[in-house]
Amino acid sequence: MARLKDLIHKPEILSPGHRMCPGCGAPIAVRQVLMALDDPVVVCCATGCLEVSTTIYPYTAWRSPFIHNAFENAAATISGVEAAYLSLKKQGKVDKEIKFVAFGGDGGTYDIGLQSLSGAMERGHNMVYVCYDNGAYMNTGIQRSSATPRGADTTTSPAGKVIPGKPAARKDLTAIMAAHNIPYVAQASPSHWNDLVEKAKKAFAVEGPAFLNILAPCPRGWRYDAKDTIEMSRLAVDTCQWPLYEIEDGVLRITYQPKEKKPLTDYLKPQGRFKHLFAKGNEQLLEELQAEVDKRWEELKQRAACQEAK
Amino acid sequence: MTGNEAVAFALKQIDPDVIAAYPITPQTDIVQYFSSFVADGAVKTEFVTVESEHSAMSATVGAAAAGARAMTATAANGLALMWEILYIAASNRLPIVMPVVNRALSGPINIHCDHSDTMGARDSGWIQLYSENAQEAYDNMFQALRIAEHPDVLLPVMVCLDGFIISHALENLVVNEDELVKNFIGAYKPQYPLLDVDNPVTVGPIDMYDFYFEHKRQQSEAMKNAQEVILAVAREYEQKTGRSYGLFEEYRMDDAEVAVLVMSSAAGTAKAAVDELREQGHKVGLVKLRVFRPFPHEKLAGALQHLKALAVMDRAESFSTMGGPLFNEVRSALYGAGGGPLVRDFIFGLGGRDIGVAEIVEIFKKTLETAAAGKVDEMVCYLGVRE
Ligand SMILES: Cc1ncc(C[n+]2csc(CCOP(=O)(O)OP(=O)(O)O)c2C)c(N)n1
Ligand code: SF4
Ligand SMILES: [Mg+2]
Repeated sequence: MARLKDLIHKPEILSPGHRMCPGCGAPIAVRQVLMALDDPVVVCCATGCLEVSTTIYPYTAWRSPFIHNAFENAAATISGVEAAYLSLKKQGKVDKEIKFVAFGGDGGTYDIGLQSLSGAMERGHNMVYVCYDNGAYMNTGIQRSSATPRGADTTTSPAGKVIPGKPAARKDLTAIMAAHNIPYVAQASPSHWNDLVEKAKKAFAVEGPAFLNILAPCPRGWRYDAKDTIEMSRLAVDTCQWPLYEIEDGVLRITYQPKEKKPLTDYLKPQGRFKHLFAKGNEQLLEELQAEVDKRWEELKQRAACQEAK
Repeated sequence: MTGNEAVAFALKQIDPDVIAAYPITPQTDIVQYFSSFVADGAVKTEFVTVESEHSAMSATVGAAAAGARAMTATAANGLALMWEILYIAASNRLPIVMPVVNRALSGPINIHCDHSDTMGARDSGWIQLYSENAQEAYDNMFQALRIAEHPDVLLPVMVCLDGFIISHALENLVVNEDELVKNFIGAYKPQYPLLDVDNPVTVGPIDMYDFYFEHKRQQSEAMKNAQEVILAVAREYEQKTGRSYGLFEEYRMDDAEVAVLVMSSAAGTAKAAVDELREQGHKVGLVKLRVFRPFPHEKLAGALQHLKALAVMDRAESFSTMGGPLFNEVRSALYGAGGGPLVRDFIFGLGGRDIGVAEIVEIFKKTLETAAAGKVDEMVCYLGVRE
């Protein structure tokens, strides 16, 4: 178990003073992931809020070696770094134990970077890929992605007079990554820091690729008060909108069971991006959204139970 | 050896730390040959079998930034898919060497030779060397590495060879001893490798209006420096191998009044046309351009100055309605250089359309007429096409 007392003494790799918005979930997720490390690490970032706000030339917030290449190729880029490491280590030109991690937003991961990620995972590089999922293209002004929840109001899925926000449901990227049969896949939330750090530790420890999908609330895009980021991610977990689980060598385990599953509206209500759903006439849609969450949660529990029974 | 075998063999002798590549006709053999070198333990290379060319260039950039000698190879649509990352490789000043087997860019889809692929990438910040035959492609590979890694340059290099015409044709090749290659290329010492974890660097930060321009300016300067480095590397290569290279090659140019300027395999054919016309008493010559980036404008203008008329042969269309890319660069190099020849453009061989000695003789005849008339009637002609 990660102990808070120990974690707070870890040197920070992502240093303070970067320019992400106050209350942004992404750097919290990143710092929790990096707290799991004991070895030196090379970090790669996809283009997105995290990258543009932490590396404004001539400054950098990264105390580790860092590379940003483009938007859709963080996985391929870090796979190249890892290949270089293998080669130079084999030749005796590098002797240290070094870890490799890539961070991509949901846009850079679920959408434009999915092919690059899938390729890298299939090839089996010893790397960790972390998606910080804030549910939209925040850097370019809150456009919908395939991670955007159904019904959310974004600048390219605006809640209009006839269309109430994003029509399509979220893509289940964690399941897609699990289908790659890589050694470790997990879904985590910064509200459950202990669970998150443990998962990151496992991800860095396994031989081969690991994937972490981490919810990273965005006060600007989701339209809630910046101080409530952790609360927002906790509500996502407690409503089972964002279940916490892991798949280790093919075995699925739910790592946190909410004592009492909260209604989805507890999560939707405080967020401006869902405000229109509470207007008259959208009751049916709210019911559908709840039904969708229930269905996915039941399926997940069944998969977990199935494996326990085995 | 075929051109592809020659390039693959050069790669084996270079034995890079990392290769990330994806197959595409007519480059595929290179990837296949190299795969078997890896499978047989003949190289120490980590071979990354990426899922696309975009990832090939991305992984190559990652590996090069990490501090590895990293390479890839491609053609046509593969190069197009890399486009975005070509610029990033160059701006990160990563000395990547990439053979490109020239093939027509879709559409319509076509697997045969023209230069639309690399010509489209001409402003991406890569140095471009063009090869007349397999021997040149082979020799260019080693020189490219030295040019790319030179501290005054630090830019990626494309080694271009014509698809099928060179890549698949058998040719006698003089190969270098492994030891010679090893000494010539030397050990690679990267400047700011990511894997030096004790000295962390940030590669690829966001660079705004306050610094971006300076960085681009430095890149231009590096490209300028490349010309001297290319010549110095060529001199050293000649000392070791006896085979000489330059920015361009002049063939029977001394007293020539009319000349053709062309790149790559068509230069071989053009030499035969020059010989034929010389026998008939025409004062004709040939300039074969090897280095398209950096464009050797001053030296080229000097070599062409005494001509009455010049025909540029472009194996790519630019759709500018004023000729192909080579024509535009050459004419612009001549403009303001004082006097100089009348210049015409002949766009030829698109999509692999064959070009023979007879067609090039035809080009010479037309250009001799231009010289005699003292003016250009038809600036851009399309050669051997049904109109
Ligand atoms: C090839 C390409 N297409 C589009 C863009 C523009 N772009 C930059 S960041 C971004 C969205 C990033 O979204 P996400 O990955 O979710 O990260 P976030 O900004 O939300 O943290 C887009 C569309 C780009 N840089 N490159
Ligand atoms: S817009 Fe959102 S994701 Fe981007 S820095 Fe601000 S809070 Fe973070
Ligand atoms: Mg996002």
